[in-house]
Amino acid sequence: MRRNVRRQTLLGLAFASPFIVGSLVFIIYPVLASGWYSFTDFNLFQSPKFIWFKNYQHMFLDTTFWKSLSNTVFLTLFGVPLTILIALAGAHIMNLPVRGQPLYRALIYLPTVVPVVVGGYLWRWLLNTEYGFVNYFLSLLHLPQPEWLEQPDWGKPAIIVMSLWVIGGTMIIYLAALKDVPEDLYEAAQLDGAGWVSRFRYVTWPTLSPVTLFQIIVTMIAYLQIFAQPYLLTQTRLNAASSGPGESMISYSMYLYQNAFVFLKMGYASAMAWVLFLVTLLITLVLLKTSKRWVHYDSERG
Amino acid sequence: MTLNVAKAGPDGVIATVHRGKRRKGVRGGIWTSILRYALVFALVLVFIFPFLAMLSTSFKGASEIFSAPPTLWPKSWTLSNFSSVFELIPFWRYLANTLLISGLSVFGMLVASPLVAYSLSKIGWRGQRPLLVIVLSTMMLPPQVTLIPIFLLWNKVGATNSYLPLVLPMFFGTPFLIFMLRQFFMSVPNELLYAARVDGASELRVYWSIVLPIARPALITAAVFQFVWAWTDFLNPLIYLNDPTKYTLSIGLYAFFGAHTVDWGPLMAASVLFTIPALTLFVLFQRYFVGGISAGAVK
Repeated sequence: MRRNVRRQTLLGLAFASPFIVGSLVFIIYPVLASGWYSFTDFNLFQSPKFIWFKNYQHMFLDTTFWKSLSNTVFLTLFGVPLTILIALAGAHIMNLPVRGQPLYRALIYLPTVVPVVVGGYLWRWLLNTEYGFVNYFLSLLHLPQPEWLEQPDWGKPAIIVMSLWVIGGTMIIYLAALKDVPEDLYEAAQLDGAGWVSRFRYVTWPTLSPVTLFQIIVTMIAYLQIFAQPYLLTQTRLNAASSGPGESMISYSMYLYQNAFVFLKMGYASAMAWVLFLVTLLITLVLLKTSKRWVHYDSERG
Repeated sequence: MTLNVAKAGPDGVIATVHRGKRRKGVRGGIWTSILRYALVFALVLVFIFPFLAMLSTSFKGASEIFSAPPTLWPKSWTLSNFSSVFELIPFWRYLANTLLISGLSVFGMLVASPLVAYSLSKIGWRGQRPLLVIVLSTMMLPPQVTLIPIFLLWNKVGATNSYLPLVLPMFFGTPFLIFMLRQFFMSVPNELLYAARVDGASELRVYWSIVLPIARPALITAAVFQFVWAWTDFLNPLIYLNDPTKYTLSIGLYAFFGAHTVDWGPLMAASVLFTIPALTLFVLFQRYFVGGISAGAVK
């Protein structure tokens, strides 16, 4: 019996060994090293010099740091609710009884398999002030036509618009969840004379709430880490992050990239990475804690 | 929050889709029906319009590209943008590089991830639970935290400006795909494995001849995901590749940006060519894709 346990353990370890080795090299060591670097002055050419909390202190005085942080918070605060709202509304539309639903579902998801670089340059073209389609449509509707990527106020909305184009995944998860809402609940609501609004309020929304919590967390993390979209929309050189008009489009991760790979401030960039990690963790925990108030787990149905 | 992904793999999801159809009788009159289709078409149009714009721009001559208002249907069609692509950038070389990286990534993932997933689902051993927790928590870790030390490691062994940093990590398993495959393996009946073990089959043989063939749909899903991720990756080629002959399409496209002007026509033509392989794969395997996304959701 004991030999059997030993044999099973060895087998388990053997099959898992690629990940065990890989996580030591590509996860455990890097996490520890990045923690250490965050307390050092390190420019790639000299060995790291321990400087206590200087990197973290420096953040308080670094105006670009605050600009990148506030840009990222702006994107998250507007991007997450818009994503949830549009994905939920879109899933309801997709769920209407029409023929050819798998085709529509595939078309909505299509933008997410487009290389992000193509998406970035394409949106630069669509948002072009003079020749782009977006402003042309706005002019047809007699709406103001902003200089999207040239005015400080419009850069961040442009990033959000581009990001909303790729919410097909979020919408499909909602669509699958909508199909799992128990039919008898709707029938019961109907018998009670519930209208469209109360059916959503008392049946759909509570049933979807665990999925919504998941989507909020995943979307929020994506926005807090956003890099490629603002990078590509503002790119003026191949490999040095630009920041858009008046630094209005520099995201936290763009500034981190700049510090690490343009200014070669590896220590400072590591400290920024840790601040991002801790902030993300903190917000996620707060969301999970407060979620008990509005997330409804149906334990009886399972 | 409990992780409850009971229906892994495309089959489960497709089953739920069919179940949902029961409710849909034809209700309302012809106008309600028209309104429904109008709503759905409008939604789909918003999402595919950027594609149509890209496609149309790629077939327009320079004078039509720079004229307001923009036209969706080109007044005169031209292939000159596509021929410019091959003159302005070494397109075939970039394409071959991108294909090589994506292919090797998929190969590495297929070698490693199912093995780990098997250990996490079909071998009863004590480390299983803790290891699963580790796999899941690595999915939560922001890549920014590990980015710099990993770069410094590659720099130390002199492997920056090569494809090793882009490809080798996949040979150690990709956490998200390990988890996805594990969910699928859980649904493979244990009786099948017991029977083979009683007959004296080694664990590797059980894995290779019984579990992997059953798991084909899940393996295809994982491979397609991995391919598209590698194909569309921007950050890693940006950080690691600085020799232009080694560029992937993701970073090669920037060549169309001049100091003051952008070659929009050729850029859009190259974008179309760059998008087609990922798109084809998506169209071929779309049901696997959609299943994979829903399987990744947490209830």
